Amino acid sequence: MSIKVGIPRSLFYYQMYPLWQTFFEELGAEVVVSENTSKKILDDGVRICVDEACLPVKLFHGHVISLKDRVDYLFIPRMTSISKGEYICPKVGGLPDMIRSSIKGLPEIIDVEINLRKSGSSELESALDIGSYVCKDGRRIKRAYIKALDKFNEYKADVERGFIPGDDINRKRNIYVVKNSELLNIAIIGHPYNLYDSYVNMNLISKLRGDGINIITHEMVSEEIINSYADKLNKKVFWNFGRKALGSVRHFVERNDIKGIIFVVSFGCGIDAFIGDLAERIVRRNSSIPFMFISLDEHSGEAGLDTRLEAFTDMIRWRSKNESNFSAHG
Amino acid sequence: MKVTFPHMGNTYIPVKALLDELGIEYVIPPFNNKKALELGTKYAPEMACLPLKINLGNFIQAHELGADLILISGGCGPCRFGYYGEMHREILKDLGFNMEVFTLDISKKDISGFLRNIKRITGEFKPYKILKAIKKTAEVSKQVDELERLSFKIRPREIVKGSADRIYKSFQNSVLNKKGAKEIKELIDFTRKNLLDIETDKSLDPIKIGIVGEIYTTNDPFTNFRIESRLGNEGAEVMRPVTVSGWIIDHMIKKALGLKGDESYKEAAKPYLGAMIGGHTQETIGNTVLLAKDGYDGIIQILPLGCMPEIVSESILPSIERDLNIPVLTLIIDEMTGEAGYLTRIEAFVDLLKRRKEEGLIAGKRMLSWN
Repeated sequence: MSIKVGIPRSLFYYQMYPLWQTFFEELGAEVVVSENTSKKILDDGVRICVDEACLPVKLFHGHVISLKDRVDYLFIPRMTSISKGEYICPKVGGLPDMIRSSIKGLPEIIDVEINLRKSGSSELESALDIGSYVCKDGRRIKRAYIKALDKFNEYKADVERGFIPGDDINRKRNIYVVKNSELLNIAIIGHPYNLYDSYVNMNLISKLRGDGINIITHEMVSEEIINSYADKLNKKVFWNFGRKALGSVRHFVERNDIKGIIFVVSFGCGIDAFIGDLAERIVRRNSSIPFMFISLDEHSGEAGLDTRLEAFTDMIRWRSKNESNFSAHG
Repeated sequence: MKVTFPHMGNTYIPVKALLDELGIEYVIPPFNNKKALELGTKYAPEMACLPLKINLGNFIQAHELGADLILISGGCGPCRFGYYGEMHREILKDLGFNMEVFTLDISKKDISGFLRNIKRITGEFKPYKILKAIKKTAEVSKQVDELERLSFKIRPREIVKGSADRIYKSFQNSVLNKKGAKEIKELIDFTRKNLLDIETDKSLDPIKIGIVGEIYTTNDPFTNFRIESRLGNEGAEVMRPVTVSGWIIDHMIKKALGLKGDESYKEAAKPYLGAMIGGHTQETIGNTVLLAKDGYDGIIQILPLGCMPEIVSESILPSIERDLNIPVLTLIIDEMTGEAGYLTRIEAFVDLLKRRKEEGLIAGKRMLSWN
């Protein structure tokens, strides 16, 4: 029987799943992913986690609870940094420790540190460490990693073309053509685990798409463009997401086909508090593009979100009809 | 050009010494107060951490006194403190205050720019003078912390309650009128003598409480409602391992020289926290373990609401509590914290620790369960 590796469908799963899944499968392990976020998972997470943690971290706890009895290993890497000179966030860095302290009866955790802050070369080393839990053959791990990386790059290229994860089933059909489209372009910035978890964001993406809106996320902006804008900032942003968010906001402001910007934040996220505020200032100072925050928390009143989205898109449509005489501030 | 800087507990004393020694014109913002917090809360993002809000209030109040250049230290993450400078600059810019923000972090990319800025503030660039001033500043900050530790020891033991508080408070006020490291050191010596003259009960064996957590809220008496003096007056001896001088000496001076400070806490934290994740998490976890093993009766963790690193500590501390059988109280502070509820919790905690200690003495081991 093959080894079962459990991956919580939460946090960096949404950014990395092609890489992680392919890697473990190539090594002959069976990958078990927790089911989509549900009320039970959210409630479990909220109950077991410290009150002050942000929503995504609470959700992660919930996903771990739903997985822990079904797998041999839990894959919770210590994600200190996934890019040179940048961190992710203290909570993500301390995640394995938080999980160990809060949840009892865990299987063995694969908590290899992924730290690419200083030099880019430790990437393969981390992969070898992670792989050694399920397979002893170093060459096979290396091969699996290269294959997984290919898959991952393919996926990233898809995302840049307009593919949104979660559309998996009808993958090719779902790729929206950004250029020359009659649809209204709205940019959405937010952590991938907020944008792609349709339970948490209450189907934000499909609601907007259903309203005839073409969604452009910051993940669809290429790394080069983001970096060229992020380099102009006064001080280097030392959070991976922060750099991407601020770089892409500056890019969106200069592009003339973006009619509105939505910043999705999770309640209690420290980085969103700062980056969201800076992003808003960039948009307000340099453009008249309407800008809106949507902050996600454990409450699930959907009507309020619907009203705000409707008002936002209506306002944008009226603006384009009536020569921008509508306030951008709602 | 008038320089100002943010308040954090006693930090203004060493910084004042430094600026005096360098002959820089400066304004010390009014001590942390309700108005500063209100101003900061009004203009800062809602979910920003408390120190950012208070500091913003400090700057606005200093601006009213004529300051136009803000001096703060920086960092490179992942704690949000590293980006304070940028936040403050952007917020003040949108508010229309004409204030420049100068972040004291030395990035490899722009070391010449850093030196240029130093030269602009100091008017001239004399490395020897600057090094001498830094040395004196380090001495002052060390003595200030020693003085504070002395007051921690005297408060629970003094016969007339409030004597140490009175002397210490008067020191904090009158230091503002002193100029230069020499005068400040004289005042510290004078205060130390006064503190030692307080009549104390030498036979007393007080309960001992360690304070851990985020550096700003643990060090700043306005934000933590003077917790150290309150605990002291309730009859508890306090110990706070993370201090301003420790931070200046270990993190700024020793790091710049490539030296290593005392890192025993890192070893102690290992079983619970596998790596450095930013902020003072390692210190919090490590020091809790060290203090528990050192026979302390209880630990109080203090953090501002939403503090990313300390949330990790908060979720790990219950394991230490279980393993080492030491009560831990977590206090979370934000602009809405009400003093009465906060004090009730502290009092209850102190009572619990006292009972625990008494019963422990009778039964030979600690009996009263904390959970």
